[in-house]
Amino acid sequence: MKAQRSFDEHSIWWRVGADFLHSRVAVAGLVLLALVVLAALAAPWITPQNPYDLMQLDVLDARLHPGTPSSAAGYTYWLGTDGQGRDLYSAIIYGLRISLLVGVGSAAIAAVLGTLVGLLAAYAGGKLDALLMRLVDLLLSFPTILMALMILAYVGKGVGNVVLTLVLLEWAYYARTARGQALVETQREYVEAARGLGLARWRILTGHILPNCLPPLLVIGALQIARAITLEATLSFLGLGVPITEPSLGLLISNGYQYLLSNEYWISFFPGVALLATIVAINLVGDQLRDVLNPRLQK
Amino acid sequence: MSAEFSTEVPTLEVRDLQTRFHTRGGVLPVVNGVSFTLDRGKVLGLVGESGSGKSVTGFSIMGLVDPPGVVEGGQVLFQGKDLTQLKPAERRALRGNRIAMIFQDPMATLNPVLRVDTQMMEAVHAHRKVSSAEARQQAANALALMGIPSPNDRLRAYPHQLSGGMRQRVAIAIALLHGPDLIIADEPTTALDVTIQAQILSEMQKLVRETGTSLIWISHDLSVVAGLADDIAVMYAGRIVEHGTVDDVLDHPQHPYTQGLIGSLPSANRRGARLRQIPGMAPNLLQMPAGCAFAPRCARASAACDTLPEMVRPRPEAQAHEVRCFHFGPAPALAEATA
Repeated sequence: MKAQRSFDEHSIWWRVGADFLHSRVAVAGLVLLALVVLAALAAPWITPQNPYDLMQLDVLDARLHPGTPSSAAGYTYWLGTDGQGRDLYSAIIYGLRISLLVGVGSAAIAAVLGTLVGLLAAYAGGKLDALLMRLVDLLLSFPTILMALMILAYVGKGVGNVVLTLVLLEWAYYARTARGQALVETQREYVEAARGLGLARWRILTGHILPNCLPPLLVIGALQIARAITLEATLSFLGLGVPITEPSLGLLISNGYQYLLSNEYWISFFPGVALLATIVAINLVGDQLRDVLNPRLQK
Repeated sequence: MSAEFSTEVPTLEVRDLQTRFHTRGGVLPVVNGVSFTLDRGKVLGLVGESGSGKSVTGFSIMGLVDPPGVVEGGQVLFQGKDLTQLKPAERRALRGNRIAMIFQDPMATLNPVLRVDTQMMEAVHAHRKVSSAEARQQAANALALMGIPSPNDRLRAYPHQLSGGMRQRVAIAIALLHGPDLIIADEPTTALDVTIQAQILSEMQKLVRETGTSLIWISHDLSVVAGLADDIAVMYAGRIVEHGTVDDVLDHPQHPYTQGLIGSLPSANRRGARLRQIPGMAPNLLQMPAGCAFAPRCARASAACDTLPEMVRPRPEAQAHEVRCFHFGPAPALAEATA
């Protein structure tokens, strides 16, 4: 345990934040992630073109090299254009929006749902616990991409349906971790003490046990966002993800794939770089979070 | 003496309490017919080795025994009401409110991720409908009552920022929030160093005297209990083997086990000499002897000890003194010393 600090800066999260900043690589990841998120949020103001507005696209500008000036609109395609004449820079920034929305949205919904299921299993025990955990085992034992393709084939394309699919696939990770952690915490003496205070069991579960379960769930959450983005890109690449009118990064890569052989590398390459940077940034932050929140590594 | 036989309903009366643990290896009679009475404002020291059932007795009174443990028999009369007959919700309404518990390890009993004020205010709100500001004030008052300086600062702290003694004071303050009629303290000073232990003991003593709260102090340490308790009950293998006032039990121990415990205190031995100990080990609860559980370790054991001895009054001059032994009598060493 560290030396006692003054009573004003004592939150555990404060300490986690301070420890987090110790690693330069993690800070770089955090900065990169912040840039990516900011770019996605500010997309309409930092891009010359709205890639979803078909009126702004000029088919005559299709497949232009990076750095070519636009024929009509008066700006330069710094990253080139794709087969429909979309400015790739604009498409990537807007694609980031879709990718981040799908990733963060599905991870957040899955986290809430999975944590509730896990706590319920730990709380109820017995048959319900066994039933829920076998369901989790079942979900986790199937190849993810196969399950995703099956679900998407059933519910159809669209951003909402992709999020739904990812939630259905990912809640199980949170459920298993939350249940395991809750069972460990239930054995701790502060739970016994809380029962000794006459608190209701559900109250103890949500008010005392859940906060102690959060660190591992947070780490899983960070890494699952990256996973969800990758999975969405994969699904879009396979043609089962978001619709072609709202290209995500995966769809952009997919669109450029056919031109790779004719040396028009940029249509796939730049969205690929953006995807890579995003995933790496999230993973760096997630890894550092895992180290900082791991009680075994604490000094 | 006469006050102890007043017509007032005792705070707690435990009658023939039976708590068994159903394990894969068999049924363990962890608490096996424990009975005692605790009057208002009195302190009972419940003493015994690890595994003697003293903690489980406390948990059974609280209604906090978890499976595989089950309270299977006997009565726990709290102010005349049998707690074992209450519904879980009625029991919960008493727990933390009229009956409070203090645990052994102050590091573990406070939730590490919640601030002290969150935990204390939750404890207030569990039994009283008051505003947050009022709950906070009550929490600060309870801390002040335990002799904690600048309680408002401490309220904003996380448990890891407090020292062990401070944490145990906070835990005791939480137990005191609702002014309980009965506090069950399960070795609350064992994890603390002796100076802090002494401070907390004196605070507890003062509180009990001022508020009329009854206290069960569970401990393996006779010297702690000696200074604090009015009565002592010595437990061995799930049964009370000797029960009486502090003077009865400590100055005139009749049961060989009690005498062994007192003899094992380092201060009772001569300097430089080998420390005395009770030969043998506590019995396996799965293979309990049919008669006296202490017989295999006892120098006085005879054929009579194959049947279970009843509680008897060994000394006519001490009406409250009871012992569960056929061969009761003063310890040989003590007898020599006083002769």
